[in-house]
Amino acid sequence: MTDVSVIGMWSIIIAGVTIAVGSIGPALGEARALAEALSGIARQPDEAATLTRTLFVGMAMVESTAIYCLLVSLILIFANPFWKHVIDVAAKAANAGG
Amino acid sequence: MGPEKFSPDQWVFLQWGSFQLNATIVFTWVVMAVLVVGSWLVTRKLSSGKTMSRWQNLLEVVVLFLRREIRSLSNQDPDPYLPFVGTLFIFIATSSILSIVPGFAVPTASIMTTLALAGCVLIGVPVYGIRNLGFGTYLRNYVRPTPLMLPFNILGEITRTAALAIRLFGNMLSGVKIVSTLSLVAPLGPAVIMNAFGLLVGMIQAYIFALLAMVYIASGMQRERRIRQKIEQVERSRASKPPDSERSGQ
Repeated sequence: MTDVSVIGMWSIIIAGVTIAVGSIGPALGEARALAEALSGIARQPDEAATLTRTLFVGMAMVESTAIYCLLVSLILIFANPFWKHVIDVAAKAANAGG
Repeated sequence: MGPEKFSPDQWVFLQWGSFQLNATIVFTWVVMAVLVVGSWLVTRKLSSGKTMSRWQNLLEVVVLFLRREIRSLSNQDPDPYLPFVGTLFIFIATSSILSIVPGFAVPTASIMTTLALAGCVLIGVPVYGIRNLGFGTYLRNYVRPTPLMLPFNILGEITRTAALAIRLFGNMLSGVKIVSTLSLVAPLGPAVIMNAFGLLVGMIQAYIFALLAMVYIASGMQRERRIRQKIEQVERSRASKPPDSERSGQ
């Protein structure tokens, strides 16, 4: 395998692993937050507005770790810095060789 | 924006030297124009009677909603915060609603836009804090509980604002990417559903961004207020304690 294909392969594998592993924790955390908020609303329906607002803010906080993982995997796929570097080096080598 | 482009920054319309006119800037202008011209058209003929135009009704609902949320978050008069927090909300909300228009690239799917918005929050927090508490009192917030915490307080201020930017960017970009990838794989059905889901996510993100900006502004002022309240409490209890004759007189 050439360097380019090795880097491409590992980028895609790592992108998948990043989002897969990184979303486990936030998913469990958000599910727990939602379940607690729902039981809170069931117990006190009058407080539904406050609970919902706090739930949204809390979920956004919990979710941010998953968003960071998403960002890393998106960068690996769409804007991979190593990929660009390898392409540049390969182009330079081809120009020098040709 | 096609699936091969990572962000609307890469869609360049014009280039003069080092200055690029890319899709992010152009569609930010579009959103600004929609907001300014729309609000101007609606507020030209306002009515205070029982009948009003449906657009006036829409604006009133938005303003009342924002005022209620700000009031319930900060327990204060919402007027000083409404222009700032409200602008953040309607800008992000409008740009994500307009994403259903074909050919429109969502400006908040570029990290430059969201970083700029978060930069406004980063500046807005001390500005509101200093206006409410005074310069010295606000700065003393950073050395509480001990001066040892100064670097952590400053770092926390910056990272939480950066998290604000990255959260909005990640959510909007993932919405755009999912739709463009799905429309390659399965052209009609799932892409439309995900686009509708993206509208919901966009509104929630706009709400969260404005809400968190308000939470940060309020937290910059609340710490000091809480300390002041505690001092007053202690003084009051000290004043009401000593002589028994006074207590019976109360």
